[in-house]
Amino acid sequence: MAEAVETPEHPIAARLSAWDAGVVAGAETFREELTVTVPRSELLRVAGFLCHEPELQFTFLSDLTATDHTPIEPRFAVVYHLLSIPHRRTMRLRTWTEGANPLVPSVTSVWPTANWHEREVFDLFGIRFEGHPDLRRLLLPLDWEGHPLRRDYPTGGYR
Amino acid sequence: MGATIETPAGTAQAMVLNMGPQHPSTHGVLRVALELDGETVIRAEPDIGYLHTGIEKTCEAKTYMQAITLTDRMDYLCPLSNNLGYCLAVEKLLGLEIPKRAQYVRVLLTELTRIASHLVWLGTHAIDLGAMSVFLYCFREREEVMKIFEMMAGQRMMTSYFRIGGLALEPPSGWLERVTEFVESFPSHLEEYETLLTENRIWKMRTIGVGVISPQDAVAWGISGPALRAAGVDYDVRKYFPYSGYDEFEFDVPTRKESDCYARYLVRLEEMRQSLRIVKQAMAKVPADGPIRAEAPGIIPPQREKMKTEMEALIYHFKIFTEGFSPAPGQVYQRIESPRGELGCYVVSDGSPKPFRVKFRAPSFVNLQALPLLCEGRLVADVVACIGTLDIVLGEIDR
Repeated sequence: MAEAVETPEHPIAARLSAWDAGVVAGAETFREELTVTVPRSELLRVAGFLCHEPELQFTFLSDLTATDHTPIEPRFAVVYHLLSIPHRRTMRLRTWTEGANPLVPSVTSVWPTANWHEREVFDLFGIRFEGHPDLRRLLLPLDWEGHPLRRDYPTGGYR
Repeated sequence: MGATIETPAGTAQAMVLNMGPQHPSTHGVLRVALELDGETVIRAEPDIGYLHTGIEKTCEAKTYMQAITLTDRMDYLCPLSNNLGYCLAVEKLLGLEIPKRAQYVRVLLTELTRIASHLVWLGTHAIDLGAMSVFLYCFREREEVMKIFEMMAGQRMMTSYFRIGGLALEPPSGWLERVTEFVESFPSHLEEYETLLTENRIWKMRTIGVGVISPQDAVAWGISGPALRAAGVDYDVRKYFPYSGYDEFEFDVPTRKESDCYARYLVRLEEMRQSLRIVKQAMAKVPADGPIRAEAPGIIPPQREKMKTEMEALIYHFKIFTEGFSPAPGQVYQRIESPRGELGCYVVSDGSPKPFRVKFRAPSFVNLQALPLLCEGRLVADVVACIGTLDIVLGEIDR
């Protein structure tokens, strides 16, 4: 079975590198899907570039979610699925954050739709989004303890 | 759960009204906290989570095959679309090719699901706005689709008919006749609905100019499906990123410019006609016989006959049902066009028989977020119309 292949020459990854050589920490392709990994500190700048650059126009944020890779550090990956309607292209943007103090810049200023997605990730993973206008739990009751989608949270819940 | 809108103290002008969670027009258990000035909505805040059942967490404790039954239970008005999204994602992860026959049956059934789902939407939306009889007609036709599903899968709603690699069961004899009957009778029923609503003065007053959102806002807020197309953006996953052989079918993507509740109504009606076109083409394309599952030893359960004659088949069968199969590590995101919009399924594998992470991008979840944009500054009665045309299903919002 095919493994993910490093593809820094992919047009979108190459465009990002040409814009700022330091922002692409990794670019790989699996099943024809491009994943670009960026450092957390550059996330907001990259998001703004991807959304507003006329050649790319990733104006549609399809999905935003996270994965928990405990006990590996950095523990959490926050994943953004982007879509460019004018150019009929898709890509995945990913950034990593450590388990002790999971914090990622909020992209609500770039894509307003990220609001509820980020609240959901905060609710279920406990990742905080810096600059989010209203970071509260979304699905669970406000007094809920723990973050159920973390891998160390038992499937049956705490009793 | 929980809203920031609180009942004001003292002699404040504004009044707070909780619409839901047990309000018939919220289509399930949605609570909308409304801050009102008289009958005008100043601020609206949808409050969700009443139906959260932790489906994504449960998926992580199931094998890839077991998780299919959970997908039915998210969007219970179009279970087959959810089945399809999940199956396609896992098939992409595995790199599986699906037999043509299974693909056409899948397309045919998902389009019938779209019609059934739009019928429930039309019926309930009309009843919200005071047109009782449309509801009864819509459910009469939906029943015919449900009977086809029952015939195919043995279940009316929680079908789980699509499996990784193909279909669960061989389609029964006489199923195409049943579909033909429906396809022949349905266009006249669609006209019936139109005579009741399209030129109805009350209907038009309640929907025209209500809940307008600009195409730029619609894209920025991630709205997809008929609500986006009613704003003039022709994004339809079936055309943009064809899956399951949709590129072999001829159909149009209806769009409107007005972006109000009436436009969304017209777009969905036209979508039903287009779905019918696809169903007809699929009926002509589907071969009378042939495999319904891909050949992939160790991943797809072998045929019953083979198990009685071949040792390997028996071993594979045992292994698949005791421990499942293990895709190579990787991550895929599969988008499909569900009746409500872009349904995304993000599956991450760590090489074990259970998915490492399954995430569903529920179209209703994203569309509902934009509700305040549609109804703030308008009357309370318009909130009902706006919730109706967003066509939300709380099962997939809360998951």
